[in-house]
Amino acid sequence: MDRFDPKIVAFCCNWCSYAGADLAGTSRMQYSPNIRIIRVMCSGRVNPLFVLKAFSLGADGVLILGCHPGDCHYIEGNYKTLRRIPLLKKMLKQLGVEEERVQLEWVSASEGARFAEVADSFTQAVKNLGPSLLHPSKQDSEEEKDG
Amino acid sequence: MKKIMIDPVTRLEGHGKIAIFLNDDGGVANVYFQVPELRGFEKFSEGRPAEDMPQITQRICGVCPEAHHMASTKTLDALFHVEPTSAAKKLRELLYSAFYVTDHTTHFYILAGPDFVMGPDAPPAERNILGVIAKVGLELGGAVIKTRHDNHWVIQTIGGRPIHPCFGLPGGVSKAINEEERAKIEEIAKSSVEFGKLSLKVFDDVVLKNKDYLDMVLSDTFTHRTYSMGLVDENNKVNFYDGKVRVVDPEGKEFIKYAPRDYVEHLAEHVEPWTYLKFPYLKKVGWKGFVDGKDSGVYRATPLSRLNAADGMATPLAQEEYERMYSTLGGKPAHYTLATHWARLVEIVYAAERMLELVQDPEITSTDIRNIPKATPDEGVGIVEAPRGTLTHHYITDERGVIKKCNLIVGTTNNYAAFYMSVKKAAEDLIKPGKEITEGLLNRIEMAWRPYDLCLACATHSLPGQMPLEVTIYDAQGNELKKLSQGI
Amino acid sequence: MAKLKVALYWAASCGGCDIATLAIGDKILKLAEAADIVFWPVGLDFKYADVEKMPDKSIDACLFNGAIRTSENEHIAKLLRAKSKIMIAYGSCSYEGCIPGLSNFYDRQTTFERAYIETPTTDNPEKILPQTKVKVPEGELELPEFYDTVKTLAQTVDVDYFVPGCPPEEKTTWLALEALIEGKLPPKGTVISHSAKALCDECPRIREEKKVKKFYRPYEIIPDPEKCLLEQGLLCYGIATRGGCGALCPQANMPCTGCYGPVEGVVDQGAHFLSALASIIDSNDPEEIQRIIDDIPDPAGTFYRYSLPDSLLRRARIK
Repeated sequence: MDRFDPKIVAFCCNWCSYAGADLAGTSRMQYSPNIRIIRVMCSGRVNPLFVLKAFSLGADGVLILGCHPGDCHYIEGNYKTLRRIPLLKKMLKQLGVEEERVQLEWVSASEGARFAEVADSFTQAVKNLGPSLLHPSKQDSEEEKDG
Repeated sequence: MKKIMIDPVTRLEGHGKIAIFLNDDGGVANVYFQVPELRGFEKFSEGRPAEDMPQITQRICGVCPEAHHMASTKTLDALFHVEPTSAAKKLRELLYSAFYVTDHTTHFYILAGPDFVMGPDAPPAERNILGVIAKVGLELGGAVIKTRHDNHWVIQTIGGRPIHPCFGLPGGVSKAINEEERAKIEEIAKSSVEFGKLSLKVFDDVVLKNKDYLDMVLSDTFTHRTYSMGLVDENNKVNFYDGKVRVVDPEGKEFIKYAPRDYVEHLAEHVEPWTYLKFPYLKKVGWKGFVDGKDSGVYRATPLSRLNAADGMATPLAQEEYERMYSTLGGKPAHYTLATHWARLVEIVYAAERMLELVQDPEITSTDIRNIPKATPDEGVGIVEAPRGTLTHHYITDERGVIKKCNLIVGTTNNYAAFYMSVKKAAEDLIKPGKEITEGLLNRIEMAWRPYDLCLACATHSLPGQMPLEVTIYDAQGNELKKLSQGI
Repeated sequence: MAKLKVALYWAASCGGCDIATLAIGDKILKLAEAADIVFWPVGLDFKYADVEKMPDKSIDACLFNGAIRTSENEHIAKLLRAKSKIMIAYGSCSYEGCIPGLSNFYDRQTTFERAYIETPTTDNPEKILPQTKVKVPEGELELPEFYDTVKTLAQTVDVDYFVPGCPPEEKTTWLALEALIEGKLPPKGTVISHSAKALCDECPRIREEKKVKKFYRPYEIIPDPEKCLLEQGLLCYGIATRGGCGALCPQANMPCTGCYGPVEGVVDQGAHFLSALASIIDSNDPEEIQRIIDDIPDPAGTFYRYSLPDSLLRRARIK
């Protein structure tokens, strides 16, 4: 593949990062179109299963965006995320998914520019890594595609 | 050329098939015992924490998980440079002795016994444990079931679970036993000794007193003169849990005796493309092909080999039976493959007597069962006698105790060349031009490998491992051109 | 009433499930009364050719243990599925892949290279590898193909019931056999066990509050015999494992390793345990969290110890 266009899934929490993404949009900021946003009420809602599912369906990178520590609408939700994601990344590395393909970032409702910057830099990082080894194009013939 | 397949081999643990090629005249041209299974334990152990290994490697075999659990736990002791407490060692050996009673009982009555009790030519629907129980009666059948059940209870009580125990740790074991449990184990040990004696009587009545069977046992068809290997204690008596590996030549003379960490100097393996299993042989003799004799590196590690390699049994009743067996067979070492069934029953008596000794030791209920390792782990080797042969585990880890390389030489693997040769010879002697090849005849060929109590899942876990090796290449002038090394 | 016809078979397995079937003790005689065992390589002399001759759906139930590792495992699974009315995935290997499933961290090439070439005890200068077809002077010999990826039974054929455990404990085995003998099998797809809840529900240890500042390797500490092992920092998998075994390992002072498979409704047992462990880490500081996580040397191997083939990702991807 000459031009690799990564598929990125971004889980955004309703109160901060989704609003931040919205702000980026209404402000007409340009950023990589590779991001597919899934809104959750809190970053703490992101079950590691969702991340695994995204990769198994062909995502090349997964972003999890939440409120800055201390600002979570549900007080502690983002701390739970903070504990979960590093362990998930360590496990994914052993499964052939590089740690750089999963990123946890804090983006507040007023940080439209930051959202765009995170989207751009993450997309570039994933581009540099190349397609995920779980990408459908890399499945060997023995594999079944259903989750 | 016509090819007859026995597929799969039955009344054993694991997967195997026998290909018999016939000449035009109906005689045997050649025989191949293929092992079509492989799982890859030595590769997928890489990256696992070392303390997981007793529980991972015991899934090599669910018939003899205790053997792998024990070899692995001893390897962890060596790896972490920690000595188990005295009580822990006794608990380990107590569980191990109970395990021997169950496993050898399973083999004699369920796997091999039907050939003798029902007869080699009995219909397959009857030639099994249910047929045996129907024929010999519920009392003996009940005793078999009860002995196995009781000893699995012992395994669970000491080891945590009846199959795939969980108690092994470097420096000890995870749980102690209380007086109530100890007393019950003592009762079970006593009845196991009686059961062992009963089983030897069954062998006497069913096999030795039957002229056809006795002729079979002593026949040349079922004989190979090989080296014999087994673990021995400091008095050169058979010990299943600990000791040094001793190998005697076909005449019974000691050939080598080594400590676990030196195993790599003595064993090597031969590969054939038609089977997933490799053929170990004695390095110091060399691979000469599928032949027996003093000049061939083929060796056996079976109950009979253990008894051949040792100077005797460490407990009185077993010693009596050992002497009676050799006197009947015409001396030591004995090379009659079918006599392995007899040796196995002598071992049941030893295991039960040893169980009784250990359970009556006052230290057995001690709660001092763990030494916490302090040293950085690096490398360790652990050897036990699995029921089917000498079992070696060897791990190399990083400083966190995560496995980098793993090396296993398993009981049945030791015997591959020998049981292949036994099957080949039986086929060649039993299949003759003009003679009808019945199901019973094919079963008699299978009776040639059954004494080895095959555990082919064990044998094909994957294949052995690492030896530090350095090779230096010099040019014609003696200048060093290249140096290659691995494992150093 | 006519006797049931039952078959038992082992694919890529250790034989423990066959021994577990015998562990029902004298209940084996009840089984023998109610059923004719028409195929069971560990104990009976019926061969593959005998199974091939059987009419389709003539076997009432097949207890199939072992994972699908080779083409022979796959072939016999499909053969027995055709000949059987009911297919039961008995034991962790056929249910979720179990220990052989750990091979999914590697592939055929790396496994063969290690076994037949790299290992120095191997005397193989010509680098001979086992082949699926080999010509010998007398004719041809065949070996089954060794697949790159281990699969579960349900990923290979349609499965009616699952009996969890490595191996299933005596009471779990009898729960399934008794249902079969009495004709009282539950709805198709049921995982047959005395419990659908996590092991904690039947574990006698005392649970207080789960806040862990350090995870320990089992050889590093002697745990308190009464308290929850997870609370003491051991990686006890009971919190994400189906009960029914009686919590034997925690009662032997060892952490549960997860062999009874996922709790009812859980799709990926490893992810479930990961979440559980993360939620008890007692810290909000990223550096401290990382230190605590570093106490776990092998997350993927520990979390997917028995379930890698059945997980969402199925296997590790190798470059």
